[in-house]
Amino acid sequence: MSTATFRIWRGDAQGGEFREYPAEVSEGMVVLDALLQIQARHANDLACRWNCKAGKCGSCSAEVNGIPRLMCMTRLSQIPLDQPVTIEPLKAFPVVRDLATDLSWNYRVKKKIKPFKPRPPDAADGTWRMAQEDVDRVQEFRKCIECFLCQDVCHVLREHHQHEKFIGPRFLVYTAALEMHPLDTEDRLPELKQAHGVGLCNITKCCTKVCPEDITITDNAIIPLKERVVDEFYDPLGWLAKQARNALKR
Amino acid sequence: MTQVELSPAPRRFGETSRSDAWWAQPLAVFSGLSAFVVYSTWAAFQGTHYHFGPYLSPFYSPELFGDSPHALFGPKPGLWPSWLPFSPALLILWIPAGFRTTCYYYRGAYYKSFWADPVACAVGEPRKSYLGENSLPLILQNVHRYFLYLALVFLLVLAHDVWKALWFADAAGKMTFGIGVGTLVLAVNVVLLGGYTIGCHSLRHLVGGGLDEISCAPTCANAWRCVSCLNRRHMLWAWMSLFWVGFSDVYVRLCALGVWHDLRIV
Repeated sequence: MSTATFRIWRGDAQGGEFREYPAEVSEGMVVLDALLQIQARHANDLACRWNCKAGKCGSCSAEVNGIPRLMCMTRLSQIPLDQPVTIEPLKAFPVVRDLATDLSWNYRVKKKIKPFKPRPPDAADGTWRMAQEDVDRVQEFRKCIECFLCQDVCHVLREHHQHEKFIGPRFLVYTAALEMHPLDTEDRLPELKQAHGVGLCNITKCCTKVCPEDITITDNAIIPLKERVVDEFYDPLGWLAKQARNALKR
Repeated sequence: MTQVELSPAPRRFGETSRSDAWWAQPLAVFSGLSAFVVYSTWAAFQGTHYHFGPYLSPFYSPELFGDSPHALFGPKPGLWPSWLPFSPALLILWIPAGFRTTCYYYRGAYYKSFWADPVACAVGEPRKSYLGENSLPLILQNVHRYFLYLALVFLLVLAHDVWKALWFADAAGKMTFGIGVGTLVLAVNVVLLGGYTIGCHSLRHLVGGGLDEISCAPTCANAWRCVSCLNRRHMLWAWMSLFWVGFSDVYVRLCALGVWHDLRIV
């Protein structure tokens, strides 16, 4: 068994500092194991969130060596241990204490997105019929565990703090799941363009890179939403074609 | 939207806790794109050595006006101002350049490597203000689908160039079928450009991605699946096609200069 050094950010909203702690490392350990060992042996007051230890609850999000990751899914064998391992709280949200951040902004944003509004039921018993193929596409988005790593790494929130203008990748995925749903009839494109700020995303794909569920956030959710906004607001020929189609239908 | 009070001060440019070589990818992209832009600009302004036998450099195709036998409408128009440099490439190169500049992959790549916005994921940026693609000039990136329409026409033109590159004039001036290394170079160019253009995100949306019930339109569903298949490797297609289109010009140019000799396979 070897020993590694962990450099953990300790502090609160007023400020803080990095403190170094040793941890015994054995095969198969993840960063969260080391952190809990440190909490038990050296820092009983270390604040951090964790729950499932299986990459499904999204609680233990933090920045390990500067990269947003789930601590329970980051094996120590994946990171160099010859230098101290840096563990910091998420940068896009206010620190509560140590590694715990205030994520409540995300839940407030979610409430502002127009909810699912299905068409009238297809059958007399109040049920709907959907083709599997149509549902498959949005199924990917439903894998999201709301760990908010994508929100943290997104530079619009992280560096430019545009929380009031941009809902972030997580909620663009959520909106895509609703917008592309075969039963949904709601129109969210005006909000996407204005209040939700899809145009602020400059498609650098950092969100896709950090997603622990491997959701292809940029290619399958954000860019298709951008294209739908183009259809509606920036494509004069498309608009003319749509008017012509509607006129023919009438 | 509600405001979030963030205590940490904005970080300096390049500030990060990342311990990996985060700078390597933006540096590689910067070098690759810069090299291509410099070479293609130089080649476009040359106006000479862009054709050899049945081969026409893709930088100059379609040749609208020019001195080569490939010119569609004859030599340089007499009305062309004498003070303005003329090259057949300058008349058409804005289309593929516009297509690549507004491409979703390249946008993300050059925002990182040229604008440092951000230079890499989770790394501090040089500027504090940020407008994204929500206002001028970057809102113009939404024109991408119009460049796509033109790029699809270019694909047909380049495919026709490959057909023309299969016919060689013999000593008597009679056209005979043949395949040279240049034919293969131009054919590979069309395949790679096809993989890149047909895998475009806008095309993926236009052929069926915009439908919520794609199962009701089987043709659209099949087209969407095909485009999605290419789209998954869009970055790879983008780089391979970029390199090869440049190489195709180099090949034709060096053959025209007599530096390389085109080998006839058939």
